[in-house]
Amino acid sequence: MADGPRVAVQPAPFDVAAELAALTAGRHDIGAIGSFVGTVRDSVGGRRLAAMTLEHYPAMTERALAGIVAEATQRWPLLGVTVIHRVGRLQPGEGIVLVLAASAHRAAALAATGFLIDWLKTRAPFWKQEHFDDGTSAWVAARSEDEAAAAAWGEAPPPPA
Amino acid sequence: MAELRILYFAWLRERVGRSEETLELPAEVRTVAALRRHLIARGDGYPALAEPTVRVAVNQAMADAATALAPGDEVAFFPPVTGG
Repeated sequence: MADGPRVAVQPAPFDVAAELAALTAGRHDIGAIGSFVGTVRDSVGGRRLAAMTLEHYPAMTERALAGIVAEATQRWPLLGVTVIHRVGRLQPGEGIVLVLAASAHRAAALAATGFLIDWLKTRAPFWKQEHFDDGTSAWVAARSEDEAAAAAWGEAPPPPA
Repeated sequence: MAELRILYFAWLRERVGRSEETLELPAEVRTVAALRRHLIARGDGYPALAEPTVRVAVNQAMADAATALAPGDEVAFFPPVTGG
């Protein structure tokens, strides 16, 4: 990648259009950008969600995300990567995570985007707690489908967190 | 630093009742597995560490039961991750 990847963990919302513009600013070699935005849903298993809290392990998060981005960069000819993950209390409708992967062609851009979010979900130290409108809260359980999706990209060094 | 720094996250933090602590490394605790046994033996919320799904990182890298510990290490215990 001509520029280093942009990796951020922040309480503040992200601006997808601004991030796309920053990724492509001054570049004429990029032909495709894959994007993924994860957002907070307002119902879970038939229960109304009032908010969600994202907890993380600050000292490890940046290292884990950098490792995942480095793995994607080894696998595909990427020209730029952006990964932004929010932490703290989020309301339904708000963005949780943004992944952008730029390449010369769409196959690499789309595949790298899928890989990045699949690995992030199973290897970066974030935990979601759901707050329901009846005042109760519950920690989200890890899903075996997520682990299967991450494993489908083929194994590589770090064990699932 | 002769001490171990221990961190807990998510529901494990709630069950143990603290987010972090320091521990003077006992002579017999030389691996993650031994540390886990040592902490579980304290009782109160610590037996939550016996849950088979609990993961561990040493110095911010994923580790396992056999990972060796040394004074100054940072050990984190947490549930399977659920970000994204």
